[in-house]
Amino acid sequence: MESNKYLEDISEIKNMMSRSSRFISLSGLSGVMAGVYALIGAFLAKLKLQAIANIDWHDLSGEDPIKIETGLIMDLFVIAMGVMVMAIATGIVLTMYKAHNSGEKIWNISSQRLVINFLIPLVTGGLFCIILYQNGFSSLISSTTLIFYGLACVNASKYTLGDVRYMGMAFIILGLISTQFVGYGLYFWALGFGLCHIVYGALMYFKYDRK
Amino acid sequence: MSLIDNINKAFDHRIRLGIMSILMVNDYADFNMLKELLGATDGNLASHTKALEKVEYIVVEKQFIGRKPNTRYSASKLGKMEFKKHINALEKLIGK
Repeated sequence: MESNKYLEDISEIKNMMSRSSRFISLSGLSGVMAGVYALIGAFLAKLKLQAIANIDWHDLSGEDPIKIETGLIMDLFVIAMGVMVMAIATGIVLTMYKAHNSGEKIWNISSQRLVINFLIPLVTGGLFCIILYQNGFSSLISSTTLIFYGLACVNASKYTLGDVRYMGMAFIILGLISTQFVGYGLYFWALGFGLCHIVYGALMYFKYDRK
Repeated sequence: MSLIDNINKAFDHRIRLGIMSILMVNDYADFNMLKELLGATDGNLASHTKALEKVEYIVVEKQFIGRKPNTRYSASKLGKMEFKKHINALEKLIGK
């Protein structure tokens, strides 16, 4: 039938349009794993904070409180870096695997565009966090990471699976709400980077990966 | 005028259809990107781009990146218009 050929043509057009402009091999499972690492990281951070809270500040017996504080900040920084490195490494491996299966190259124009557009808001946010710390607004750092990560996702969504846009919006909303609850940053952080990643990652996994 | 008149013969091939689809959503694409996406051989792709260039649906730009020659393609205004017409015609034919 002639109309079958036309139907094939239309689906070929759609396929080429999305394959050439979006990087669609992004693995949903990597989102789930990033969420799991974030929850583990948040748990470790919580332990560190509790340990500090249990110190008897009236009887430091020679310990320097400033040293304790910088030690804590270093510990939290190492945990955050560990979570990030693990999440990125897992994401790359799983995405490579998915790209290999679907015959898409992992480093092509689409993935380059995706990475660049993701990094612009993210790096801006990272630098802004350093500036916040510099000026003593440390309490706003966790909100800022959530907001800028959300903006990065919204920006990057034009170059990959569209669902990333809604995850980004969830992060932005969560980040803005968390500004009103100073001192609960870690919980919002776990809710965003942990739970949001797992939920959206799982949704994307069932929608795209399991075919 | 029947619907079939809007079906453009220039797009009546998988590779040419693919080239136009890619150039509709990207400002430009180079030869290797087209080759990779369409899974075509050099000679095959070259003959199809030439055909589209001849009817002025795509614009070809030759340049050097360092010392390597690089050919960049983009859709012309005419090409975009004709391709839209073609898609509309396809959709109408399917709808029937």
